Amino acid sequence: MSAIPRNQWYVAAYGREISHELFSRTLCDEPILFWRTEAGSVTATSDRCVHRRFPLSQAPSRLVGDQVVCGYHGFTYGADGKCVAVPGQTRVPRTARLTSYPVVEQDSFVWVWIGDPALADASRIPRVPYLDAAGWTTVSGREPLAARFSLLVDNLLDLSHETYLHGGYIGTPEVANTPITTEVDDEAGVIYVSRHMDDAECPPFYSRSTGLEGRIARWQDIEYTPPCLYKLHSRIAPVGSVPNPDGTDPDAFHVEVVYAITPETENSTHDFWAVARDFALEDAEVSAFLAENNRTVVLQDVEALDVLEKIIATEPEGYQELSINIDTGGLAARRMLARMAGARDEATTR
Amino acid sequence: MIPEAPPVLNGDRVYRIHWVLGTDRLRAVCHCSAEREFEDPVELWEWLLGHPAGHVPAPAPVPPRELAAV
Repeated sequence: MSAIPRNQWYVAAYGREISHELFSRTLCDEPILFWRTEAGSVTATSDRCVHRRFPLSQAPSRLVGDQVVCGYHGFTYGADGKCVAVPGQTRVPRTARLTSYPVVEQDSFVWVWIGDPALADASRIPRVPYLDAAGWTTVSGREPLAARFSLLVDNLLDLSHETYLHGGYIGTPEVANTPITTEVDDEAGVIYVSRHMDDAECPPFYSRSTGLEGRIARWQDIEYTPPCLYKLHSRIAPVGSVPNPDGTDPDAFHVEVVYAITPETENSTHDFWAVARDFALEDAEVSAFLAENNRTVVLQDVEALDVLEKIIATEPEGYQELSINIDTGGLAARRMLARMAGARDEATTR
Repeated sequence: MIPEAPPVLNGDRVYRIHWVLGTDRLRAVCHCSAEREFEDPVELWEWLLGHPAGHVPAPAPVPPRELAAV
């Protein structure tokens, strides 16, 4: 059984990655062709010609105006995936149409619906407005992960690993030693994990970017909407400072760390990461520092999870894991993801 | 008294799990208000998801007048 939930929105790319050129990316085991029309909207269709499967992203396939011409035999498709010309005959077979995917470009991401297009509801896409809003500056990237997406979910739902895997960057002793509160709303599909450290060491990631030295209040509030979008609301403030009752929080620095966790295949994942901040907005040095450091942290995770994937892929069935208190949120996420993946099987066997 | 973080999610069927400060225990609170402490998150989820089996709503808070009498 596939572990990848279907009938879900997934981040396919950053908007900046898609131009008026052929661009291919595999999502949830489906090779998808993207390009931006001359009017500026993003199209997403299957990256395989219906004729003999030649990849439409592969030269000499090419984009001519708003049509894609297959580089093998010249089958030509419009932006909606419909075949408009085939070689040597005037009749285009009625079934000659590329699978087309619902697409929404929002908050700097290109979202794609993987599943039955009739069920796609764009209002269900979780929002991250600060990635593309005035008053915030964002650095972002994407790393390939040679591991199943659930390993990255596990990793991000339990930040106590920061103390060990990311010591010297974002980890300090308090992260692993501060109790957490976990909330799970099954109906809304949200998992929320709070860890509020009221008197903690300031890790280099934050001391160098905010200028705060010594002890700090460090709040980590995780909001995960399975399967794809993970938000870490990070608040860094002088010890003793709390937000005002009206929600304003002038003494604090806010960093919104966003991950989009998109399965590429059953055993590989696109690890999109973004760090948005509401301070030092014009400071290129802070941007460069946060980008380099977050990428380093992501790569530390990637290295560890790539190793784990190899172990899991080759071990005999039935390994008994041990879970402890820190895993409460991760267990909730696993359960929700299993239910989402199972719902697909139910639907297809009915 | 167990310190409790303020709730964030406001749906009708929210499960809450508090790591009890200063201990190794987890306190599970069901949306039906039943609650129980655990040392193992796997057992905790089995109990929470087993709702309503074994879920006895928590007793109503003691009114302040009675508290004063104690």
